[in-house]
Amino acid sequence: MGGQNSVANAVPILALDKISKRFGAIVIAEAIDLELGEGEALGIIGPNGAGKTTLFGIISGTLSPDSGRVLYAGADITAMPPARRCAMGIGRSFQIPLPFGGMSVFENLVVASAFGGGRHERDAYQSCMDILERCALADKANRQASSLTLLDRKRLELARALATDPAVLLLDEVAGGLTERECQALIELIRDVRKSGVSIIWIEHVVHALIASIDRLVVLHNGGFIAEGDPATVLRSPQVAEIYLGIEADA
Amino acid sequence: MSAKTSAGKGVRVAFGSRWSHVGTALCAVSLIALAAAPFWGGRDDLQLLSEIYAYVALASLWNLLAGYAGLVSVGQQAYVGLGAYILFALAILGGVSPLWAIPLSGVISAAIAIPVAALVFRLRGHYFAIGTWIVAEVFRLLASQVSLLGGGSGTSLLAAVVIGMAPTRQLRDFLLYWIALALVVVVLATIVLLLRSRYGLALKAIRDSELAATCNGIDVRRTKVLVYIVTAFGTAMVGALIFLQKLRVSPDAAFSVNDWTAFVIFITVIGGIGRIEGPIIGTIVFFVLRQTLADLGTIYLMMLGLVAILVMLTTPKGLWGLLVERFGWQVFPLERKVVFEERSAARE
Repeated sequence: MGGQNSVANAVPILALDKISKRFGAIVIAEAIDLELGEGEALGIIGPNGAGKTTLFGIISGTLSPDSGRVLYAGADITAMPPARRCAMGIGRSFQIPLPFGGMSVFENLVVASAFGGGRHERDAYQSCMDILERCALADKANRQASSLTLLDRKRLELARALATDPAVLLLDEVAGGLTERECQALIELIRDVRKSGVSIIWIEHVVHALIASIDRLVVLHNGGFIAEGDPATVLRSPQVAEIYLGIEADA
Repeated sequence: MSAKTSAGKGVRVAFGSRWSHVGTALCAVSLIALAAAPFWGGRDDLQLLSEIYAYVALASLWNLLAGYAGLVSVGQQAYVGLGAYILFALAILGGVSPLWAIPLSGVISAAIAIPVAALVFRLRGHYFAIGTWIVAEVFRLLASQVSLLGGGSGTSLLAAVVIGMAPTRQLRDFLLYWIALALVVVVLATIVLLLRSRYGLALKAIRDSELAATCNGIDVRRTKVLVYIVTAFGTAMVGALIFLQKLRVSPDAAFSVNDWTAFVIFITVIGGIGRIEGPIIGTIVFFVLRQTLADLGTIYLMMLGLVAILVMLTTPKGLWGLLVERFGWQVFPLERKVVFEERSAARE
C-alpha cells in the first residue's frame, strides 16, 4: 500500500484481472480484464442478461468471482468483504432500488455516511442534506423511504451511494424513467460528482445520457467485452449494431 | 442544480415527533405509578406486574434480536435458563448475594454467548433458528446433569439466602418488585439508546435490506454477533430474576421453550415486530387474554393461536404497526427529523 501517491497516475483506481464467473452453464464473464483510471468515467452497455450487474456485484464484493482478481488502487481486494470495500471508497447504487424502507430518506443517507463514509454522525448531517439537495430529494428528507415513488427511490440510490463518500462510484441504470429535464439534471449532477475527483462506472440503457457523461464505453456480451473505446465510435461499430439491435434507432 | 448555496447554514436535526413528547410524558407518569405499586397493590398485584415486566423485557430483547438484527432465534430460553442456573449456583455454591448474582449471571452468560455465537452463526435462516433451539436443549440437558443443583429435579434457594436478601417477606416482595421494574426500565432504556445511536441506524438498515446495508459500509455479521451477545446478557439477567422470585429452579422450567420463547414470539408478533412499542402492546394483550381465558385450559391455548393467526393475516406489522400507520403514533423518540428553516420549503 505504501508509495501510492507517487504512482497514482500509473495505477488504475480499479482493475479487474482475468475475472471469470459463471452461474451453472451460463457464462457471465470469461477472463475479463478492465481498468478504470483515476477520475475516469466508464460506461458499460450490453444486452439484458449479459452480466453487467453481476460485474458490479464482483466489484462491490457481494459476489465472488470463480477466478481472477479485483484490484483497488493496486491492492488485491478479491477476498475483502463488501462493507470494507465501501469504507475504502467503492460506492454502489442498485438497479432495483433497495432503500432502507423503515427509515427516513435523511437517515438512509446518514447511515451510509456514518459507516461507508466513516464520519461521526453529527458531522454527516450537513453533507447529507447537501447531497439530498443536489439529488432533488431535500423536500422529502423526513419522508419514510418506503413511501417514495420508484423515481425517487432511484434518486435515493444515487444519493445514498454519494453519501458513502466514494472514490469509485458504481451506477446501475439510474437514468431509466427520467423525463428529459430530469435527465439533464442528472447529467449535470454526475458531471459535478466527476469534478470532485470521483471515478465512475455507469451501466445504462439510456444511451444519450450515458455518452454525455463518460470518457470511454465498453460493450459486454457473451462473457467478454466485444467493443471498447470512444463512446461514439463504439456505438457505430458493426459488432454493436449486430448484437445490440435498437440502439442505433434510439440514439 | 450545481453550486446551490444553502450549505452555509448548519442542518438542525431533532429526534421524535409531537407524539413522542406525549409518549415520554405518559411513560414518566406510569413509571411513577408503577414504582408506587407496593403502596397501592397487594401481593398478587406485585407478582402479576413483575411477571409482566419480565415478559416485556424478554420480548423487547427478542424483538431486538429478530425484529432488528433479523436473527430469528427460537432458543432464547437457553439464556433465561442459563441466567437462572448461574444465579442459583452463585447463591448456593458460591455464597454470593442473589442480588449481586443477577448482574453477574448476565455477564457470565454474555461470555458464554461468544463461543455459542461462533457456533450458531455458521447457520442461516431456518437452520439458525433450529440451531439455537438445539443449543437450548443442550443447555437444559447439561443443567440436569449438575447434581449439586439437584440434577433433573432442580433445587430451591436456602432459607438463609432468602432471608439474607431482606428480613421480612413483605420487604422481599417490595425489593424484588422494584428490581423487576428497574430491570425492564434498564432494558428498554438501553434498547432506546442503542436504536438512537448510529448503531441503531445500522440495525434498522440491516432489518430493511442486508444487501444494501453491507454495500453501504455496515459490517452486518459483526453487528449481528454484538446484538446476539447483548441480548444474551439482558435475557440472562431477566431469567435470573424470574427464578429468584420463584425461589426454585429446575431444568424443565428454566429452559422451557413454551414459556420463554413461544409466548415471547407470540407477544412480539402480535404487538408489532421491529418496533420498540410492539412488545409492550403485545405483553398487555397476552396478559389480558391469559387473565380472562386461562381457566379454559386447552381452549385458552387455541385462542392464543387463533389471535396470532388473525393478527398475522390482517395486520402483519402487528397491532402497534397498525396504530403507527393510522395515526403516526410514536412513544419513543427514535427518528431523526430534519428541522427545516423557512428556506427550501419555498423551493420548487
